[in-house]
Amino acid sequence: MVYFAKWKMVLVAIVALMGVLFAFPNTLSEEDAASLPGWLPNQQMNLGLDLQGGSHLLLEVDVASVLDQRRQALVDSVRDGLRRGSSRIGYRRLGIRENCVGFELRREEDSERTSLALRKLEPNTFEPLYEVSNDGLSYTVCNTEAGRREILASAIEQSIEIVRRRIDELGTREPTIQRQGADRILVQVPGLDDPERLKALIGTTAKMTFHLLDRDNSAAQACGSGRRRPAGTMCLPSTDERDGNENPIMYLVKRRVMVDGENLVDAQATFQDGQAVVSFRFDAVGARRFGDVTRKNVGQPFAIVLDKKVISAPVIREPILGGNGVISGSFNVQSAQDLALLLRAGALPAPLTVLEERTVGAELGADSIAAGKFASILSIVLVIVFMAAAYGMFGLMADVALALNIVLIAAVLSMLQATLTLPGIAGIVLTIGMAVDANVLIFERIREEERNGRTPISAVDSGYQRALTTIIDANITTLIAAILLFQFGSGPIKGFAVTLAIGLLTSMFTAIMVTRLMVVTWLHRARPKKLPI
Amino acid sequence: MRLVSLVPVGTKIDFMRFRKIAGVLSLVFVVASAGLFFVKGLNFGIDFRGGILMEIRAPQAADMAKLRTTLTGLKLGEVQLQEFGQPTDVLIRIERQPGGEKGQQIAVERAKAALGDEVSYRRTEFVGPKVGGELIEAGITAVLLALAAMLVYIWFRFEWQFGVGAVAALLHDVVLTIGIFSLLGLEFNLSTVAAILTIAGYSINDTVVVYDRVRENLRKFKQMSIYDLLNLSINGTLSRTLLTSVTTLIALGALYFFGGEVIKGFSFAMIWGVVVGTYSSIFIAVPLLVYMKLRRSGLIVGDDTESSPTGNPADQG
Repeated sequence: MVYFAKWKMVLVAIVALMGVLFAFPNTLSEEDAASLPGWLPNQQMNLGLDLQGGSHLLLEVDVASVLDQRRQALVDSVRDGLRRGSSRIGYRRLGIRENCVGFELRREEDSERTSLALRKLEPNTFEPLYEVSNDGLSYTVCNTEAGRREILASAIEQSIEIVRRRIDELGTREPTIQRQGADRILVQVPGLDDPERLKALIGTTAKMTFHLLDRDNSAAQACGSGRRRPAGTMCLPSTDERDGNENPIMYLVKRRVMVDGENLVDAQATFQDGQAVVSFRFDAVGARRFGDVTRKNVGQPFAIVLDKKVISAPVIREPILGGNGVISGSFNVQSAQDLALLLRAGALPAPLTVLEERTVGAELGADSIAAGKFASILSIVLVIVFMAAAYGMFGLMADVALALNIVLIAAVLSMLQATLTLPGIAGIVLTIGMAVDANVLIFERIREEERNGRTPISAVDSGYQRALTTIIDANITTLIAAILLFQFGSGPIKGFAVTLAIGLLTSMFTAIMVTRLMVVTWLHRARPKKLPI
Repeated sequence: MRLVSLVPVGTKIDFMRFRKIAGVLSLVFVVASAGLFFVKGLNFGIDFRGGILMEIRAPQAADMAKLRTTLTGLKLGEVQLQEFGQPTDVLIRIERQPGGEKGQQIAVERAKAALGDEVSYRRTEFVGPKVGGELIEAGITAVLLALAAMLVYIWFRFEWQFGVGAVAALLHDVVLTIGIFSLLGLEFNLSTVAAILTIAGYSINDTVVVYDRVRENLRKFKQMSIYDLLNLSINGTLSRTLLTSVTTLIALGALYFFGGEVIKGFSFAMIWGVVVGTYSSIFIAVPLLVYMKLRRSGLIVGDDTESSPTGNPADQG
């Protein structure tokens, strides 16, 4: 019997109404949508970067460099630990051995105190972060697996935080910054006019330190190839000073860090004597150290080192006690602003490498939207006309369902705040073509049943019943493809999978419930002798 | 009432008679596709191969020769230029640079510096060697898992013979799609993989509809020969098969011609897939069932929804 339960009618009505309500904000401008009364849904579809323009960057944290730094730090803590007690523990050959830190005790009787001192390296944690082993007098301290995980996790979290601060300083709207996998960070910044600047900002570690120069030896001599550097010094190139052969000038810099950029609290680009410079301010600790160093070294050059390059090495003319200073160098306004930004945001714990970049200009995005819109509307119109031509009145009913289907896709996308991408639009267009499939299956079946001599009502009834399993079987297979695409696809492809899956589900609903409701209602009203199909 | 009718009512085309010709034809195409794939290979995009892609727009019609000289002068290896949609727009592909991830980035900067400020950059993409390898892996995994999942589903819903037939038809469609991409030298990238997976879904979808009818007819006409029964099933679903293909092709055609250059390759793959998928579900998937022993009993999966006798004597059997 052709019967449509009351609750199903109510359900169809509610879904249709909700669909219209949730899809509606997409027809408004962003401002108008935001000003809708609070009880109305006001979320619009999220446009992917390929549609609104923007940059997608996949970054990788340099894990080796993180571990290397931490081993270096471990050497320092082991040294501190061994020296700390009332009488020093004698050791030799303290240094990095492969992935661990090793040293040898001088006296056997110190071994107990050594174990005690090494135990104190460890803060209270659930899992041990270090593992100490010894073979006679030779000791090794290694990071445990848990310790390595901890180090990497904190380095990545810190990197994400710094990247976020830097991008926020750029003033772009709604950047997405998220961890991906073990050591990667995905950055998505919509609507950006200068992706190269973004990359430069993210790609800079921005570790700033202040060093004294070694004035006893000449840099030109010590830094030549194959020369031995004097103990406790290093050769660093200048950022932009060049010699006659276009090679960067080298500085012979004392290794010891006099003041660390970590102690900076503020940095701003300003002008000094018509030159762009970066002014900075230290916190209390930094200000005291900076004051001490400058007081003791008046007349000496003081190198400002950023990421192992010397920005400049001005001579200290007088002690700087207030904790404020100025970095001069060959800056233009933009580069001074960028350096100030980097110093404000803080240094990255390790360098980041850009593994993948996808930048789409706003212009291309707008073109893609326009083309996608046109193609969608055209395909809707063509399919609607075709269905009406093929199935007459039943075709028109399927067309109403198709229209509702589009509304529902838009509604679900807005509701889930899923991202609409260009392949996503393709998914919608594809669904337009395939959405009518369920109706085609049903109509063909009804037609066949009527030919087999059934009455209109009985033909409709068994047409729907018989087509149902086919529809479900056929759609589930496509749904499987969509789910796998979502799982393994990246970026825009995921968007395609989302719209395809949503489209499949909504089209099943509209074909099975909505057109059926219309067909059944019409049957009851018109009581036809023959189906116009 | 019906204005267009793609298929006249009650066709009795002997599709099964074409099964050998179709089989040979398909075999030739499959072998040719595989041959092309191994000999000529695919024009992999930067998604898989790594490298750089830039879409630029010049103020006037772009001077391709000049652009080519400028870019080759940078010695960045193989550089491909292609007009993209309109004379002002050019798509530039630069092969993967040595020097890992950093190498790509430096090359992008050099290319931008060489092209100057006159052109606007509509798109800049680069994929480093690491990610490229992973994308290939993810793509292959996705396709294989999809095939396996669909096979399992069909097996679960039907009998194993149907699963084998459906996956054979599906593989046929996928291989032919790869073949046409190789033949025409079209760029094979991530969205092509997406298209292939969708083609797989569509192909199975199409096959399932016909198989559903086969299963139903097996139950209904217990005396009919398999040959006739398969013919009856194809004819019974022919109208639907063609109608759905037509609406899908209409939609895809709109996308191909008006959806913009970026999506063109994707739409092309889909159109090809729909055409091939429709063919294979009629001429490959169903005829294959002849060669595998179909059991008539034990096929009752799900409840029989017969509500009134159809007056066919076979129903009583």
